[in-house]
Amino acid sequence: MSLIVSNLCVDHGAIRALDDVSMNIEQGQLAAVIGANGAGKTTLLRALSGLTPATSGLASWKGHNLLHSKPEKLVRFGVSHVSEGKSVIPELSVEENLNLGALWRRDAKESAQTRESIFETFPRLKERASQLADTLSGGERQMLAIGRALMSKPELLLLDEPSLGLAPLVIAQIFQSIRDLTTQMGLTVVLVEQNALGALEIADVGIVLNLGHVVASDTAKSLIENPQVRAAYLGY
Amino acid sequence: MFTFIDTILIGLTSGAVYSLMAIALVLVWRSTRVINFAQAGQALLSTYIGFECIGRFNSYWVALILAMILGAGVSAFIEIVFMRTLFKRNTGPIAGVAPIIATLGLLGIIRSGIGIFMGGKETIIRPPVSNIGYTISGHTFALSPFKLVIVSAVVVMMVVLSLIFTKTNIGLALRASAFAPEIARLAGVKVDAIRTLGWAIAGAAGAAAGMLQTPNGTGALSPDSLEFSLLLVFGFIAAVIGGLESLIGAVIGGLLLGLVLAIVLMYINATLLFMTAFILLILVLLVRPQGIMGKKGGRRA
Repeated sequence: MSLIVSNLCVDHGAIRALDDVSMNIEQGQLAAVIGANGAGKTTLLRALSGLTPATSGLASWKGHNLLHSKPEKLVRFGVSHVSEGKSVIPELSVEENLNLGALWRRDAKESAQTRESIFETFPRLKERASQLADTLSGGERQMLAIGRALMSKPELLLLDEPSLGLAPLVIAQIFQSIRDLTTQMGLTVVLVEQNALGALEIADVGIVLNLGHVVASDTAKSLIENPQVRAAYLGY
Repeated sequence: MFTFIDTILIGLTSGAVYSLMAIALVLVWRSTRVINFAQAGQALLSTYIGFECIGRFNSYWVALILAMILGAGVSAFIEIVFMRTLFKRNTGPIAGVAPIIATLGLLGIIRSGIGIFMGGKETIIRPPVSNIGYTISGHTFALSPFKLVIVSAVVVMMVVLSLIFTKTNIGLALRASAFAPEIARLAGVKVDAIRTLGWAIAGAAGAAAGMLQTPNGTGALSPDSLEFSLLLVFGFIAAVIGGLESLIGAVIGGLLLGLVLAIVLMYINATLLFMTAFILLILVLLVRPQGIMGKKGGRRA
């Protein structure tokens, strides 16, 4: 087991956002976390990347304790988080947004190689390297956000709703890239999505959250076929 | 014609110093969202340090550099010891105001501290080169070797700062932390340390402003110096005119304010200076509420 979460509880003031959440995700797997608004999906990622403090429970990645660590520390252990809503900095250029992810690395040559491989994956970013991120389309911003996370040489990638606000065709492209990156780079990915079907179709395993609880956890394939999940989350 | 040229020269020299002070305020605002009223006190303290260094090393230039370095240290110390503790308890209705009030308190503490230790001493900083204007065809212009030093020192510092901000990794970290601290942290930037660095650079800029401004006037330093209060007020107005977020805006704001004040000084009356500064501030904010270089609608992040 690589990503281990056990009995994780997170409170937002008086409201319990995550209640006794446990999951195990194997290295190299793409896990889709699906659920309605307010199910605690974003909170889960924020707790894993150190942005939101947990109330109790455990979470570890390859033996590193994820809770009670700062995000800037966890990046150095290979945990990269693309937060909700296209996490790019509009005032910086595309290239600067990418470089930001590698600032902490002390290997300028390798960082440049990483950047080149990201440009190969997302050629659009290369064309717009010197433009301000503000001028990018929604899909390009998402590519840039993922690219920035990849610049930190992650092993565990936490993605928060990459499909948010994108056109169906662009969503399909982004999902395909996420699937390809996972396989090619041997990443472990936790993909939080409202677009449940799209996420489950590319995922290896799926976890369904409802009001802060894990209500189902299975291979992605079985979840798609599960009648209850279909009725509640897939809409058919 | 001579009066007009002198007006421009006075405006640019004093504006250059206001720009430095404005840059100091903008850097602190960008890194921690605090208006640092203590900046005047820090600049005063740094200038006193500079005065001591002149006595010890017998060189204004060494003293200028040391004042900037130690000014940066003082500023970093204030951020780490006072601001971080205040931000940690950052809850409740006064959370946004508390650090700003704290800087006002610090201003008082620094000034009275200087008064206790240096109060009775005569402190005069003389310009390292002549401050008597050049005379061309019988007219003595408002441009002296020292005023040239002031303008070139400010230009050099601007160039160095903009190179740091646009060309270096540290500069990228400084900008990212200012625009979007959360994304910066997720990218691995140690935002707390970068904030301290922002304060430190501001402290150095304020120290330079004090060290350049003092010998340009009477040269006399006192704990309750009016000169430094004016520096804070005019620096603040320049920063706001410029948009408070932008370093270039701070420079434009400083030069604009310097020029307008010089026109009032030379053509109308020196007693109107203070009022003019505020009228200019109000006029700019009426026409462009976001400041000259500010973004419309404010920041999203």
